[in-house]
Amino acid sequence: MTTTQEMTLNTEPFVVNIGPVHPSTHGVFRMRCKLDGEVVIDIEPVFGYLHRGIEKLAEERTYTGFIPLTDRLDYISPMSNNLGYCLAVEKLAGIKVPERAEYIRVIMAELQRLANHCVAVGSMLNDAGAYFTPFMYTFRERERIIDLFDMVCGQRLTYNYMRIGGVSQDIPAEFLPALEKVVKRLTKFLKEYERLLKQNEILLARAKGVGILSKELAINCGISGPVARASGIKWDLRKADPYSIYDRFEFDIPTGENGDCYDRYRVRIEEMTQSLRIIEQASKQIPGGPIKADLPHIIYPPAGEVYAHIEAPKGELGFYIVSDNSIAPYRCHVRPTSLINLAALRQMVKGWKIADLILIFGSIDITMGEVDR
Amino acid sequence: MKFERYGIGILKGMTVTIRHLFRHPTVNQYPEQRLNVSRRLRGNELIWNRERCTGCATCAKACPQGAIELVTATNLKDNKYDVTTYRVDTGYCIQCGLCVEACPYNALFMGYSYERAKYRRGDVVQTNDELLESAERPASGYYHPEIAEKLPRQTLLVERITEKRKRK
Repeated sequence: MTTTQEMTLNTEPFVVNIGPVHPSTHGVFRMRCKLDGEVVIDIEPVFGYLHRGIEKLAEERTYTGFIPLTDRLDYISPMSNNLGYCLAVEKLAGIKVPERAEYIRVIMAELQRLANHCVAVGSMLNDAGAYFTPFMYTFRERERIIDLFDMVCGQRLTYNYMRIGGVSQDIPAEFLPALEKVVKRLTKFLKEYERLLKQNEILLARAKGVGILSKELAINCGISGPVARASGIKWDLRKADPYSIYDRFEFDIPTGENGDCYDRYRVRIEEMTQSLRIIEQASKQIPGGPIKADLPHIIYPPAGEVYAHIEAPKGELGFYIVSDNSIAPYRCHVRPTSLINLAALRQMVKGWKIADLILIFGSIDITMGEVDR
Repeated sequence: MKFERYGIGILKGMTVTIRHLFRHPTVNQYPEQRLNVSRRLRGNELIWNRERCTGCATCAKACPQGAIELVTATNLKDNKYDVTTYRVDTGYCIQCGLCVEACPYNALFMGYSYERAKYRRGDVVQTNDELLESAERPASGYYHPEIAEKLPRQTLLVERITEKRKRK
């Protein structure tokens, strides 16, 4: 009886809105999902709910005055945003950064990568259904890194630490011993985390083979960062186009094979190990000396345009600045990592169930502050 | 997908969680127990030193939000500027600390206090005497290492948490 009924039932696609206010959309992201039963046929990402016009605000602030606003782009990793912006202005004005400042910057950027991946991995597993248990483990470790940032710049989230031509203040005397302890602790934590989750059957069943992003699609969509590396693309700007002093350190680029959610998770964990390696090397080599180039408070870079990019935790973060030799940038454009990494989401989720859609979305690791700017 | 040894991974994970039963707690009871904040804390309210301030308005120019307002009057007797009004709209302030860094006379400090919420909207705009340093409003060591030395050492979680529960 049931079979005949099923045959006569008319099915039609059903549209469900996920977000904008939804715990697993990492902010105010909205997906208009076309569903066939539980299977996703198509999605349409809608964003712009967190648009604050940061690029426009740059045009009415001084070059230094824009640095606190870059914190608000990707608020999970503000140090990297600071670094990217400062590198762009330095390239534009031809400023040389002192050695000590370069080392401090590298340590901060790598600590930021660790903190960001702690959030990324934790919240991805949160989306997978491990409700807050792995998240608490990673957040505990992130707290230790944030303590270090708090020590050097006085705040826990919006650091505003780097300046054009260096960093704002020298690291305090107690920073390097504390950093050593944190690095030791994080190495231990990564082992613990591996034990907790590497062979976990539930995670394997949920994440392996889910949301495969092919190499070709990743390249065509301009995807960068851990998401691209999980698809097998060996592309890291720290090696491909070394900025700052990254060419002095030894580290590997971890890559995945299949480009599924599990590979993206693995690549992030491996990257954390590599970041610890860089921090260990940098903290040993750090020289003395000045921490900021001798510059006036307000700089007037020569007219021209510049694009500088860094390997932010989420991928390639670029700043395109046009100067007209005035107090403020004529135009400042941000190449947002999260927005461009979202480009392949539509193809990735087609044919998967709605629970997998949440996991795939979580594995890309986006921040809405950067998507909408 | 094939699982050859089903359950091993979960059991391994359980050993990690069980080990955490014997640990010192990570959290603390906030309003009663307090950790020392960073010596360079960029706290809620700006501290202004009236004696050192010359009314040059470098802070107002450096502020990305335009939260600082300064009115000066010429003092012909001493041949200098008198600051008649120094007003900070704390509601606009993003605590970036650029004004403190810009001040050439060391007349500005970030606040060391937190929990400075106000009940009325008008209270967030602070003028002249409300900005001076007092026992309730200590100055932070942000960009002022000489003050930072005197403040208590920051509690670091990495030093505070031990693996095993300490015996009394």
